[in-house]
Amino acid sequence: MEIKKTSLNKLHQSNNAKFVEFAGYEMPIQYSKGIIEEHKFTRSHSGIFDVSHMGQLFIYGDENLTEELEKIFPLDLKKLKLNCSKYSFLMNEDAGIYDDLIITKIEGGYLIILNAACKDKDFEILSNLLGTKFKMNLDHNRSLIAIQGPKSVEILNSIINEVDQLNFMTGKWFDFDNQKLFVTRSGYTGEDGFEISITNDKGEKFVQNLIEKGAQLIGLGARDTLRLEAGLCLYGHELDINKTPIEANLKWAISKSRLLNGGFIGSEKIINQMQDGANQIRVGIKPEGRLIAREKTKIFNDNDSQIGEITSGTFGPSVNGPIAMGYVDKEFSKVDTKILLEVRGKKYPANVCALPFYKKNYVKGVN
Amino acid sequence: MSEVKFSKEHEWITLEGDVATIGITKHATEMLGDIVFAELPEKGSNVEKDGTAGVVESTKAASDVYTPVSGEVVDTNQAIVDDPSKINEDPEGSAWFFKLKMKDQSEMDSLMNKDEYDKFAKESGN
Repeated sequence: MEIKKTSLNKLHQSNNAKFVEFAGYEMPIQYSKGIIEEHKFTRSHSGIFDVSHMGQLFIYGDENLTEELEKIFPLDLKKLKLNCSKYSFLMNEDAGIYDDLIITKIEGGYLIILNAACKDKDFEILSNLLGTKFKMNLDHNRSLIAIQGPKSVEILNSIINEVDQLNFMTGKWFDFDNQKLFVTRSGYTGEDGFEISITNDKGEKFVQNLIEKGAQLIGLGARDTLRLEAGLCLYGHELDINKTPIEANLKWAISKSRLLNGGFIGSEKIINQMQDGANQIRVGIKPEGRLIAREKTKIFNDNDSQIGEITSGTFGPSVNGPIAMGYVDKEFSKVDTKILLEVRGKKYPANVCALPFYKKNYVKGVN
Repeated sequence: MSEVKFSKEHEWITLEGDVATIGITKHATEMLGDIVFAELPEKGSNVEKDGTAGVVESTKAASDVYTPVSGEVVDTNQAIVDDPSKINEDPEGSAWFFKLKMKDQSEMDSLMNKDEYDKFAKESGN
C-alpha cells in the first residue's frame, strides 16, 4: 500500500524532518534540533504538531443521535453542552478498548477525533452500530494541527482573534483566510494548547503563520515523551482490545450517572470491575538511576514472580530521568511499591509512582 | 598515537602503545539522536572483537556498542555514564567509551581509515 502523506508533508521536508511510517502515514519523528530540544521548546514556548493522520469523524443528527451514542459511549451526552469535549472510548461487549477518542458536541451533531491506526475500523464499527440513520463523514479533506505550550495562546490569538476565550476542553468555529476552522482548547502534552481542524488547502499557510509568530514544528518523538511525562495513554501501548478503562485507571472518564445505570456497550464488565476491582492496573513507574525500561520490559516482585509489564518507557526530558507506565497486579499498584525491571537479562530496582510525572498546566475558567 | 580507525558498526579507535581507546562516531550519534543512557563494560573484563561491549540509549531506542578489537578493559569513561549528553557533544573526543589492552594489534589492520569510513557512512546511510 502506498504511504499516505498529510497536507504538511512538503513543509516537514523543508524543515529537515526525519520521517517514519506511522499508521500508514509518512510522519516527522523529529526535525534537526532533536527530540529533547523539541520537547523542552514545547514546555517553555510553543510547539506545532501535525496530527492530520488522526481521524476527524463528523456525525450529524438530533437528540436521536445523542440517544444512540449513549448506547455506545460511557458518557452523559444529554448533559454535554454545545462546543464541549469529553475524552472517551469505543469498547466491545467485554469493555475491551477499540480506541480512545475525544468527542465534541457541535452544531448539528458531534465531532469525534480518532487515532490514526484505528480510524477506519472505528468508522466501520460505528456505521454498523448506528445504521444509516445519521450522516457520517470521516473527513479526509481536513488537516488537524495541534499547538501546545505556554506561548501558544498568545501566538494563536494573534492569528485567530478570541481563541483565548476558550476554556480547556471546549471548542468553537472560527474564520481563517475565508475558511471555517474548528478550534478546541485541548491537546496531549500536558500543556495549555489548541487543536485546529482546518481544510487541507489552508494547512500549510496556517502553519507558516504560526512559525512566523515564533512557534516551531515538533515531531512525533517529542510528542511521545511529552504525553508520557503527562501520564497520558497511547493507543496500542497502554490501551488495546484486551484492556478495559478500569484496568487502564481511566474511570474518571466515565460519567458517574452511567456507572450507576449502565446501558452502554461494555457496561456490565465495567460495573463488575468497579465493584470487584481489576486484576491488573495501569501505574506510573520510576526506575532508580538512569536506566530506561522500554515497552514489553517484564516487571517482577522481590520473590522473582512476574507481576506485570511496561507499556511505554523513555527518558523524560523535563523530569530529567527515565519514566515509564505499565500494568501491574493490583496488590503492587500502590504508590511507592518497590518493583524490579528486567532489562537485558538483569533486574533493576524501580518504584510505582503517581501520575503525571510532569504537572499539567491546563487553563481553566477563562470566562 | 596511531591514526584513527573506524569499524562498520560505527566505532572509532586509536592506539597508544598496546592500549586502544574506543568510542562511537559522530555519524553514529547523528543517527541515534539525543543519547540519554550509556552502559560500559566492566573494568578488568575481557571483550572479543565484534562482540557487544556496552549499550547506548537515545530517546528513541537502545543500541548495542561493539568493540572493533579484542582485549582487556583497563579503563571506562564514567563521565559519559553520569552525563550521557556529552556523547552527542564530543563523540570523537572527550566522550570516549572504554580503553582496552590489546592482545593482537593486527586486528587493527582490517579497520577503515577516515576516508574509507566517511564513504562507508555516506553510502550505508545507517
